[in-house]
Amino acid sequence: MSQDKAKSVSTTGHVWDENLQELTNPLPMWWVWTFYLTIIFSIIYWIMYPAWPIGTSYTKGVGNTITYTNKKVDGSEEQKTTHWNMRSKLMSEMNAHNAEQKQWFDKVAATPYEEVSKNAELMNFVNSAGKTLFSDNCAPCHQAGGVGKIGFSPNLVDDVWIYGGTYEKIQETITGGRNGMMPAFKGVLPDDKLKQVANYVLSLSGEPHDAEAAKAGDAIFHNEGGCAVCHGAEGKGNPDLGSANLTDKNWLWANVPGQSTAEGKLDEVVKLVSGGMSRGKMPVWGGRLKPEQIKVLTLYVHDSLGGGK
Amino acid sequence: MRYPHILKIDGGTESMTHDTPDHSPLYQKHIPIHTRSVKGPFRNFKTLVLIVAFAVFFILPWLPWERHSAAGQAVMFDLVTRRFFIFDLVTYPQDIFWLSMLLFIAAAFLFFVTGLIGRAWCGYFCFQTLWSDVFIMIEHWIQGERPARLRLRKQPWNAERILKIGSSHFLMILVSFWTGFTFAAYFTYAPQLFHDFFTGHAADVAYFTVILLTATTYMCGGIAREQICIYMCPYARFQSVMYEKDTLAVSYDARRGEGAAGRVAPKEGLRTREDRVAKGHGDCIDCGFCVQVCPTGIDIRKGMQYQCISCGLCIDACNNIMDSVGYPRGLIRYDSEANLHSDTPTKPHLKWKNLKVIGYGASLVIMMAWLVWAVAHRTAVEVRVQQVRQPLYVVLSDGKVRNRYQIHIVNKTEHEEVFTVKVEDVPESALDLGNLPEIRVRAGKDLNITAKIDLEHELAEHTHEVRFVVTPHSKPEEAVVREVNFHGQQEAH
Ligand code: SF4
Ligand code: SF4
Repeated sequence: MSQDKAKSVSTTGHVWDENLQELTNPLPMWWVWTFYLTIIFSIIYWIMYPAWPIGTSYTKGVGNTITYTNKKVDGSEEQKTTHWNMRSKLMSEMNAHNAEQKQWFDKVAATPYEEVSKNAELMNFVNSAGKTLFSDNCAPCHQAGGVGKIGFSPNLVDDVWIYGGTYEKIQETITGGRNGMMPAFKGVLPDDKLKQVANYVLSLSGEPHDAEAAKAGDAIFHNEGGCAVCHGAEGKGNPDLGSANLTDKNWLWANVPGQSTAEGKLDEVVKLVSGGMSRGKMPVWGGRLKPEQIKVLTLYVHDSLGGGK
Repeated sequence: MRYPHILKIDGGTESMTHDTPDHSPLYQKHIPIHTRSVKGPFRNFKTLVLIVAFAVFFILPWLPWERHSAAGQAVMFDLVTRRFFIFDLVTYPQDIFWLSMLLFIAAAFLFFVTGLIGRAWCGYFCFQTLWSDVFIMIEHWIQGERPARLRLRKQPWNAERILKIGSSHFLMILVSFWTGFTFAAYFTYAPQLFHDFFTGHAADVAYFTVILLTATTYMCGGIAREQICIYMCPYARFQSVMYEKDTLAVSYDARRGEGAAGRVAPKEGLRTREDRVAKGHGDCIDCGFCVQVCPTGIDIRKGMQYQCISCGLCIDACNNIMDSVGYPRGLIRYDSEANLHSDTPTKPHLKWKNLKVIGYGASLVIMMAWLVWAVAHRTAVEVRVQQVRQPLYVVLSDGKVRNRYQIHIVNKTEHEEVFTVKVEDVPESALDLGNLPEIRVRAGKDLNITAKIDLEHELAEHTHEVRFVVTPHSKPEEAVVREVNFHGQQEAH
C-alpha cells in the first residue's frame, strides 16, 4: 500500500534544498467536518448559555430561564426566575427533590405515632430521613449514632429516658428543649456529710461504698439534704422534673463508670453533689425544625435508636 | 512539527505530483463504493442473519408480558427503578456480575471464533455490517444495480438523480429513525413512548437518544460505511491479531488463479481451460466481480488485507463465475495461510487442536456454566443483616446487653410479600422489632428495618453470633438465614 502511495504521492509544492518536499497527507473528510461541527456547536452554545464577559456583566444566553423557589433568611419563600446557571439549576433540582420527599413527610405527619411504627414502609422512610436529620442537627451533642457522652449529653441508644421515653415526651423534649440542673450543696452540707450522701448514692446502684457512711447518708438524703424531693424517696428519679434515677447502672453527669477505684468513683459523686450541675441544656427545636421533621426525629429516636420505654 | 511530513527522496522527484498550494486537497477523497449484488450461500446466510437480527431487535420491545410490578413489556431495561426485565428474569443492580460475566463470555467467544474462522463477527453479525447492508439494499432497490448507480452518479443533478438519491437517503433516515426509536423503546414502556414521543410529551432524554441514534445510524450505515471498519473500529484491529497460520480466512488461491503466467481474461485461444493450462495461465479470468461485490472495495486477490471484513461475498461472486465458465468452484474460498502455501494442500478444515482454541473453549464452558448456575439459583428474596457499629453494644439499665441490626429485605418477586423475622441461638424474646408486627414489602421494592437483640449479661458474655431467620409467608421453605456477630462487654477493651 504505502509503496503504491509513494509513487503518486501529492505534495504541497513547497520545495527546500532542491529536493526536500512537504507531503500533503490530507485528513479524512468526516474528521474535518467534525472539526467544523464543533465550531458550529460552540456558536450555538454562546447564544444559548452565559458565555461572554462584557465589562462587569456578561451575555446571559437566550431561552434558558430557570424558575425556582428560594427560602429567604426570614423564612419567607419567593419565586425566582433567572437565566441558566449552576446555582439555580441546583435550586430547582432541590425543589423537585423536596417535593418528592414531601409526600412521605406528609404521610408520617398525618399518621398517629403508633400506626407509623407498625408500618414497615413508613419506618423505612423514618430510618433514612431520620438518620439524616439526626446527623445534621442532633449528632453534634448526642454524637454519631446517638451514643452520647458522659458529662455532656445523654445516650439515646439505651433504655434510660431522663424526661420520659414515650413518643409524646420525646416530641416535647425536642420541640421545647430542656433545662436540666441540680443545685450545689457545698455550703449547704458540710464536707463529711457530702461524702456520706455520696456513699449512699453509690450504694443505690450497687457500686463499691462504705456501708456505714452510706447509712448516715440515707438519713441526709431523705431529710436534711432534701435530695429525695427531686430524686424521690427510693432515688428512682422523676421524669417530669428530669431528675436522674440513681438506682440504675446509668450515669450521665458523674463519670462513675470511668473511674476504676472506689475513691475515684466516690470523688466523682462528691464533686457533682457539692458543685451541682447546670449543663443539662437541650436547645429548643420548635422554631428551627418543621413539626413533621420533629415527628420523624421523634420516631427515629424512639424506634430506631432507643426503643423508648 | 513539520518534519514528519517531510519526505526526502533521493534519485529524483519526477515520480511526485506537484499540486500548487491552492490546489492541494484539504481532506482525503472518499471514493464511493457501489457494490454489485450477488447470489449464493454466503449471501443467503447473511440475509438470514439480517432478517433474524432485525426481527428480534425491532419486535422485542413490543412484545407484551404479564407483569405486576412494572409495565407489561417482555424486555425492558428500566433505569428509573433500576431493574432489567428480560422475560421472567428480573435483574437488579446487585446482579451486575451476570452482566460482567456475559461480557467476558462475549469477549472470549469472539477470540475463540476469530482464531478458528477469522472475522466472522464482522462479516455476518456486526451492527455496522447489518445496517450498511440494509442501506445498500435500499440503494439497490431504488437506484438499480451497480452500473445503473454509477451512471446515476455521472449524471448532472437532474430530476431523476435528485429523486432517486433523495428518496434513498430519505428511506435510510427513516430506517435510522426507527432504529433510534426502537433502541429508546427498550428503556421504557414502548406503547407509552410511542404516544408521548409523537405528542411531544416524552422525556428530554428520549428525544436526545432517538436523535443521536438516528444521526449516528444514518452516518455510519448510510454515509461512512466501510470507513467505520477501516478507520474507526477497534475490533477490526484486534481481531486481526487473533489470526493464526491455521485460521480459516477468505482467501484467493493465487497458485491456482494466477498459474505460472498470471491471470488473464478469456480471449481468442484462451477460452478453454486446457488452452489456458497449456499456456501457463491460471483460472482467474479477471472479471473483477470479486472486487465489485466487496463492501470494503478491496481486491482479495492481493492477499489478506486488514480491510477485509470476511463477509464471503467475493466467494459467492467467484463461484458463480466459475460455474458459468465451467471451472471448479473455490478459487476464492475459506482456507488457511498454512494450507494455501503448503506443498501438500488438503481440503480446508478447522484446526482446533491447539492450546489457544481449547483454552478459550474451556474457559467459555466454565463461564457459561457459572452464569447458568447463578441465574438458575437466583433467590426471589434478598436479605442482608448488618450490625449497627455506632455503638457496637449498649448496656441497658437492668444490665442487659443490647446489639442493634439493620435488616435490608429486597422483594424480587412480582407480588407483595410479608416477612417474619425471628432469631435462633438466643431466646425468642430477646428480639425487639419495635412495633412492627410483620414486614410487608411491595413487589420489586426493598426496605430497611431496625432490629434489637437484648441479652442477659451472662448470656451476652457467651454469645458471639446470632442467626436471623427471615421467612416469606408465601414460601416458608425459602426462609433466609443470616449469621451476624453479637458484641458484649467482653470485647469492650
Ligand atoms: S470492522 Fe468493526 S465495524 Fe466493521 S464489521 Fe468488523 S466489528 Fe463491525
Ligand atoms: S474481500 Fe471478500 S470477504 Fe473480504 S470484505 Fe471483500 S467481499 Fe468480503
